[in-house]
Amino acid sequence: MSWLESIRHKKIMDPLTAALYLVPAGVIVIVFRMIPIGSAFLLSFFDVKMGRVRGFVGLAQYARLFQDPTFWSSLGTTAYYVLGVVPLSLFLSLFAAVLLNQKVRALGFYRTVYFLPVVTSLVAVSMVWKWIFHPRLGLLNYFLQFIGGGSLQWLEEPRGIFEMAAGALGWSWWPDGLAGPSLALIAVIVVAIWRGIGYNIVIFLAGLQNIPDQYYEAAHIDGASPRQVFWKVTWPLLSPTTFYVLLSTTIVSFQVFTQIYLMTGPPVGGPMGTTKVIVYYLFEKGFDAGGNMGYASAVALVLFGIILTLTLVQRRVVERRVYY
Amino acid sequence: MSTETTQHDLDVNAGHRARKALRRAGVYAGLWVGIVVMIVPFYWMIATSLKSPIEILEFPPTWVPTGHYVESTDGSPSEVYIVSRDVGARTAVVRAVEGGPERTVGATEIFDRVRLRFSNYVEAWNQAPFARYYFNTIFVTLFVVAGVLVTSSLAAYAFARMRFWGRDNIFVLFLSMMMVPQPVYIVPSYIVLVKLGWIDTYQALIIPWLAHIFSIFLLRQHFKTIPNDLYDAAIIDGCSRFAFLWRVMLPLSKAVLVAVVIFTIVGTWNSFLWPLVMTNTPEVRPLQVGLARFSQEQGTNHELMMAAAAFSIAPLIVAYFFAQKQIIQSLATSGMKS
Repeated sequence: MSWLESIRHKKIMDPLTAALYLVPAGVIVIVFRMIPIGSAFLLSFFDVKMGRVRGFVGLAQYARLFQDPTFWSSLGTTAYYVLGVVPLSLFLSLFAAVLLNQKVRALGFYRTVYFLPVVTSLVAVSMVWKWIFHPRLGLLNYFLQFIGGGSLQWLEEPRGIFEMAAGALGWSWWPDGLAGPSLALIAVIVVAIWRGIGYNIVIFLAGLQNIPDQYYEAAHIDGASPRQVFWKVTWPLLSPTTFYVLLSTTIVSFQVFTQIYLMTGPPVGGPMGTTKVIVYYLFEKGFDAGGNMGYASAVALVLFGIILTLTLVQRRVVERRVYY
Repeated sequence: MSTETTQHDLDVNAGHRARKALRRAGVYAGLWVGIVVMIVPFYWMIATSLKSPIEILEFPPTWVPTGHYVESTDGSPSEVYIVSRDVGARTAVVRAVEGGPERTVGATEIFDRVRLRFSNYVEAWNQAPFARYYFNTIFVTLFVVAGVLVTSSLAAYAFARMRFWGRDNIFVLFLSMMMVPQPVYIVPSYIVLVKLGWIDTYQALIIPWLAHIFSIFLLRQHFKTIPNDLYDAAIIDGCSRFAFLWRVMLPLSKAVLVAVVIFTIVGTWNSFLWPLVMTNTPEVRPLQVGLARFSQEQGTNHELMMAAAAFSIAPLIVAYFFAQKQIIQSLATSGMKS
């Protein structure tokens, strides 16, 4: 076709055709992502029951939210959870990945087994671990007794672990505020780490294998000890991966719900509510009987704000230490 | 300095080798601790699922499902429950599993045998509409996978190969929506679905998931690597844009498409919060929600719960063992963690 025709073709046909190609995905994204996300903000200013708007509440809904002690305790519980899961998961998965990177035979075998819990549904995982944590018949208490300890209540134990440790040491008093996360929450943290570690291991392994051998050879020639090799070569070159794992694990952990719901589930949200994380609080306030979805929306937005802030903070604080 | 190897050098070498060997052993030991920790819960799930309800209550728990047997009158072993043991008199009170009166037997008359109670699986299956749940999950997964493939291919093609006003901005807008966590859009989505009358229907489980932004991203990235010359040559030869997509782009993108299929299947199969919120009755309820309900209803029948958990995860686990590498790669790329 002529030069003129080809231009005309591009200017008119392209957008038209593109629109056609974009319509299927676009409609879905607009109706089920854009509109909900956009209206979440609006929704948080209304009292909404059973999907029907019942009245304008405005900022008072947020005020009520920030004055609810359960909101704050859920936030605290979530914080404990994230602080429990992220560092441990990071450390253990990095450790395992480093081990696997030692030119191990049958690497695929180990990776397959470590990744298995990631592929398994959270529902099944929660059910099995709930059984393992059973206070009377569970495997874990059996193991504890086997090595000489006493059995614990695990998922039914509302006491904070610091308080429990103090008790074990014979101290009869421990400040209330420092009781720490409940043993039940610790149990949930253990499950989360068990389940997610395979994923982080795979990511770290990929990161480790991307480090060119030359660096290691150079270090070896210079006579570096394994510890020096790790801290001066591996760790800096791995930092983008480490940063990614840190960020993604944090973001996911903040949104935990399924395990909490299944292992310490309705109606209470854990022994004396000690495992009620923020998404569970949201679920309760929004979808249980008499739920106010406007309120739940407000909670969701606060959660989003927190995640966003944390992401930005992590990027500023941690990313400058990342070598690219 | 002489270059010959001295005894001192030999000793140092031996020391190095020994330390190295110890390190290797340590590495494998560490890795195997990991293997054990990962595997034990799975083993425990299966072992529990094959035990009898009485055996479940035994503490310390048995590692292998075992039944107690005594020789019956016709010489064949019959399974019994041990009601109580009298250690001093070395007898036990037993009751036949099929039923019947309690009787006392000498402790030496009881022998243990491995007993796998597969009937638990049948019983668990029958206690809740699992066939329906299974069907629902498979039905929903098939449609979602098909939908995602179609919508993502088309959209990615448009973003990668076509020129239109605001193309890159719209794409960035799409990407940014990917970052929004589910709790934010699930509440308004629920209201949208209520207004559409789709709560508790397949539509609520399928339609919102027919498009997947990350899949569009992956495909677009891959499409961009296909050289322009190829495209221009095809167009000159009279190939239509759609034909180019269908006959050239997609076949070249098989790896990415496989990855998309895999993480869509796994994500849909294992999804929980969304179907929990959007369904109320067993008609449309998918497997994971059904399993969760089952576990809440059963409460103490652990052997049934474990059996249900086992047959709920079986298909994915089997698929995993056949395609580990692809599945691991696909899920790692997708950034899917839960």
